[in-house]
Amino acid sequence: MSEVLPPVIVGAGPAGIRAAERLVAAGLRPVVVDEAARWGGQIYRQPPDGGFTRPKTALYGFEAGKADAVHRAMAAIRDRIDYRPRTLVWNCEDGALDLLCDGASETLPFSHMILATGATDRVLPFPGWTLPGVFTLGGSQVALKFQGCAVGRRVAFLGTGPLLYLVAYQYLKAGVEVAGVFDTTPFAAQARATTGMLRDPATLAKGLLFVGWLRAHGVPIHNGIRPVRAEGTERVEALVWRDARGQERRTGCDAVAFGLGLRSETQLADLAGCRFRFDEADRAWLPERDGAGRSSVPGVYLAGDGSGISGADAAELAGERAALGLLEDLGRPVDGKRVKELDGRLARIAAFRRSLSAAFPFPADWADAIADDTMICRCEGVTAGAVREIARSGQAREMNRAKALTRAGMGRCQGRMCSATTAELLSRTLGTGPDGVGRLRAQPPIKPLPVSAGAERREVA
Amino acid sequence: MALLQRVAEQGRRVVRFTLDGRPVEALEGDTVMTAMLTNGERLRRTEFADSPRAGFCMMGACQDCWVRTEEGERLRACGTFIADGMRLLSGGEWTS
Repeated sequence: MSEVLPPVIVGAGPAGIRAAERLVAAGLRPVVVDEAARWGGQIYRQPPDGGFTRPKTALYGFEAGKADAVHRAMAAIRDRIDYRPRTLVWNCEDGALDLLCDGASETLPFSHMILATGATDRVLPFPGWTLPGVFTLGGSQVALKFQGCAVGRRVAFLGTGPLLYLVAYQYLKAGVEVAGVFDTTPFAAQARATTGMLRDPATLAKGLLFVGWLRAHGVPIHNGIRPVRAEGTERVEALVWRDARGQERRTGCDAVAFGLGLRSETQLADLAGCRFRFDEADRAWLPERDGAGRSSVPGVYLAGDGSGISGADAAELAGERAALGLLEDLGRPVDGKRVKELDGRLARIAAFRRSLSAAFPFPADWADAIADDTMICRCEGVTAGAVREIARSGQAREMNRAKALTRAGMGRCQGRMCSATTAELLSRTLGTGPDGVGRLRAQPPIKPLPVSAGAERREVA
Repeated sequence: MALLQRVAEQGRRVVRFTLDGRPVEALEGDTVMTAMLTNGERLRRTEFADSPRAGFCMMGACQDCWVRTEEGERLRACGTFIADGMRLLSGGEWTS
C-alpha cells in the first residue's frame, strides 16, 4: 500500500488544536475529529453560533487570553486541515476509526493518531444525586458558559478540586446566589498543600482570589464535610451534610453542583489496544505514555486530560509534544530545542499537579458511607448493596465480572458515571487497594448510536 | 417552575416548540435541554424507578438526558439544538 494516510486527531480542545497546529506547520494535513459543533473542547468551549454576545473575558475570566489564543490557532489552520465537527468516534478497530456525523457513518483508516479525548467530572453517589437540580460541576459551568444559564437560583457547590471554587466564583460573578461551598477536604490538608502550590504562584493566587471573593460576598465555605443527602421529590430542595465535627446540617438550595475532580475519557485508547497502568495520583487506570505522548501501540499518541488529569495548560503543551513525537517517528526533522522546552514546562506542571492533588484529595472513605440502598448507577438503577453483595459472596473480584453480574457499567454511559464508585465499593469490600479490582473494558459503540448507523457500515462480525 | 435560570444572552431570536403538548418558547442556540428545563423541571422519567431526571453532565458523557419527541424520535438533549416546531415530551423515553 503506497497511499500515505493523513494523521488523525481525536478532539478539538487545547491538546488537539495545538497538535494540529504543529502538524500543519510541518506541512501535513491532519484530520481533526470532534464531537462538538465548534472547537475549543470543554474548558474553552465556545457558545453556539447565532446571537450569543458575551465577550471572551465574560466567558473565560482570567483564562480569556488563553482561550482566545487556542481559538485563533484553530481558525488560522482551518483551511489546512480536514476538520470534522459534530462527529462522534464510536469505535477504533483494525487501524480504523468508526465515525458518525449527522446520521451518516464512515470508516476512517489511520496510520498515526493522536487521542486528545479530554475528561469529565469524577463523581461518587449520595442519596438524592439523581434528582433534577443536581448537576456535575463541569455541567454547571457548561450551562453558564455555553447557554447563559444557571442550574438554579440558589446553588450549593459540593465536592472537591479546583473546579469547585472556580465554578462557584463564576456563578457568583454572574449574579447567582451561592448557598455555600461544601468541600470534602479538611482545611488543614488544604493549608499544608499550599506550600507546594507556590511552585505556580499565579495559579495559587487565582485560587486564593476565588476563595477571598466568595468569602467577601458572604458565601459560607465549609471544609471537611460529607454529603448526607439531597432532599426533594421532584427537584432539589435542600442539601443535608455533615460538618467536620460530625454534626448534621441542612442548607436550603434549588440546585447542587457536584464533582470530585476529573476522570479521563480513555475508551478509545482502550479500543486501540493501548496498555494501561494504575495511576495513584488520579486513582484510575490510564493508558501508558512516554514523555512524547507515545502509547504502547506504535502510531497511537496520547495528549491532554484524556490520558491523565493535568489541566488545560499542560494539554496545550502535551498536544504539541505528541505532534512532535509523531513527526519524529515519521522521520521528519523536529526542533530539539522546542522539545526540550516543552518537556521542561510539562515537568514543572506535573510537580504542581502533585501539590494540587494533595490540596484536593479524593475522599477515599466516602465509599464506606454509601448506604446499601443508594443508587450508584444512573443508567440501570443498580444499588451499592448489589455490588457489595457480589464482592462479599465471592462472585466477583474485579470490575468486568461485577458488571456482568450487577449491570453496573453496562448501561448507556458505559460506566463513565459509576465506575469510580464500583471500583471503590469492590476494592473496599474485598480489602484490596484501589488498583486491585482491574478496570472496565471499553466496548464499541462507546456512546449510544442509532442501530441504522452501525448496520450500514462494515459487516459486524 | 423552571429548573434552569437564564442569567445572560437573552437577546436571541425566539424559537417556538411544544412541551408535552403545551406551546412554549426558547431561544435560538438553546440545547433541547435548556429549552425544556427553562420551561419545566425535568427531561424525562426513568423507566426503572419512575423518578424524574434532568440530565447531569451536560457534555454528552452521562447519557441521562435522552428525551423523546411526539414522532417517536429519541434525542440526547444536551447535544441537540432546539428548532421551531419541535414537539418534545418529558414523560419518558419509552412511554408517552
